[in-house]
Amino acid sequence: MTPTSKIATIAIVLAAAACTAAAPTYADAAPQVVKITAAKFHFEPDHITLHKGQPVTLQLTSTDATHGFMIRVLKIDTEIKPGKVTEMTVTPATPGSFIAICDHYCGLGHGMMKLKIQVEQ
Amino acid sequence: MSLGIGVVYQFAPMLARRAHAGAIEDFFKKANGESPQTFTFAQFSDPHVGFQGPPDPLGTKAFEHAVDLINRAPQRPDFVLFTGDLTHDAESRDVHTQRMQLFKTIAERIHTPAIHTVPGENDAALDGGVLYREHFGDSHYSFDHKGVHFVALDNVSRAHPEVGADQLAWMKADIARFPATTPIVVFTHRPLFDLKPEWEWFTADGDDVMNALSPYENVTILYGHIHRQNFALRGNVKHYAARSLIFAFNDPATNAEKKQMPFDQGQPFNGLGIRLLADNATDPAVTLEVTDVELTTQEFGGVSGIQQLTKPNEALKGSSANDAD
Repeated sequence: MTPTSKIATIAIVLAAAACTAAAPTYADAAPQVVKITAAKFHFEPDHITLHKGQPVTLQLTSTDATHGFMIRVLKIDTEIKPGKVTEMTVTPATPGSFIAICDHYCGLGHGMMKLKIQVEQ
Repeated sequence: MSLGIGVVYQFAPMLARRAHAGAIEDFFKKANGESPQTFTFAQFSDPHVGFQGPPDPLGTKAFEHAVDLINRAPQRPDFVLFTGDLTHDAESRDVHTQRMQLFKTIAERIHTPAIHTVPGENDAALDGGVLYREHFGDSHYSFDHKGVHFVALDNVSRAHPEVGADQLAWMKADIARFPATTPIVVFTHRPLFDLKPEWEWFTADGDDVMNALSPYENVTILYGHIHRQNFALRGNVKHYAARSLIFAFNDPATNAEKKQMPFDQGQPFNGLGIRLLADNATDPAVTLEVTDVELTTQEFGGVSGIQQLTKPNEALKGSSANDAD
């Protein structure tokens, strides 16, 4: 599976999971774009707020090594390679708090890499 | 601080009392000439050799204390398993090599005929396991011992927390030759189920591994990584996590953030213990009986003893004490 198709699959899975709960207010809205940078050993920003039913495109980049971006409960698991933009579009279906972690070991301090995603109603 | 010194297992297959026991006994006799017998082995985990300094000044002392303890045990273990993070990671290949050599120096003091290891991410994730294999050989393999089949799985060397398709295919072929009633022990570093994914306490393709093991009726998983004692029953498979030999993590059930437990200068081995497992002789339905024994620091009694214990280890000068997981 190519990186492009993998990302597309993630987007489709999330969109399918979210469609029944999507809020009508945002149904036709263009995806919000959120840029996230990964570097040893943090994400920048380390906290983002999304809204239930509003599509969002995450643009993930790395400034140094290959990192991971994983939210197990949402079945999101991708790599962020230096020099390229990893993009995924998701539509949050459930309000709550989610933690994304780097799950591609990148050295001492790897365990500190996390990003909090707050999904509001 | 909750430091464990490892786990001691006594394995008594008691096959004579079990259905299909004759088939298993015949199988092992034909395969390797060994008939099932009672035996003991030990599991040590996560010594992180090379980790020393604030907030934890113990260095290798808990590891060395564990070695001394197992050497004083009345029954010598048939072998010792190490379930990963033998060393603390290092950017420098030379430094990491020194740590692997120091690990081997300490581990080889154990009075046991054999030591079997698997890597943790600190040992193998940055270089794909190259340095680990130079020192310890293959990172996945299997062996039989007195009626039990042991499988070493590597779920760290691919950087991503997974076993991977190739190793999974190898494992399927490896266990395919055994009857479904064969006792199987899988030892690995990360948990093979979703224990706490947001703390990276999981294996991405752990479900695939467990599905491959599902036809087998007597499977035990031993792992490390989480630096705390844990037991989980998933279906009929028992998953046991061993304590670390360097520091403990906090309880995921009551904490949102993963943190090292603070070092207690007055009780550097507080919570340190061993877990004994024995086959239940009175109930054939119970494979292993678990007993936890808490240790004390009486060998290091008094202020001077504690000071000696927490004195920096000369062999680890210049080592880092960054995040470890």
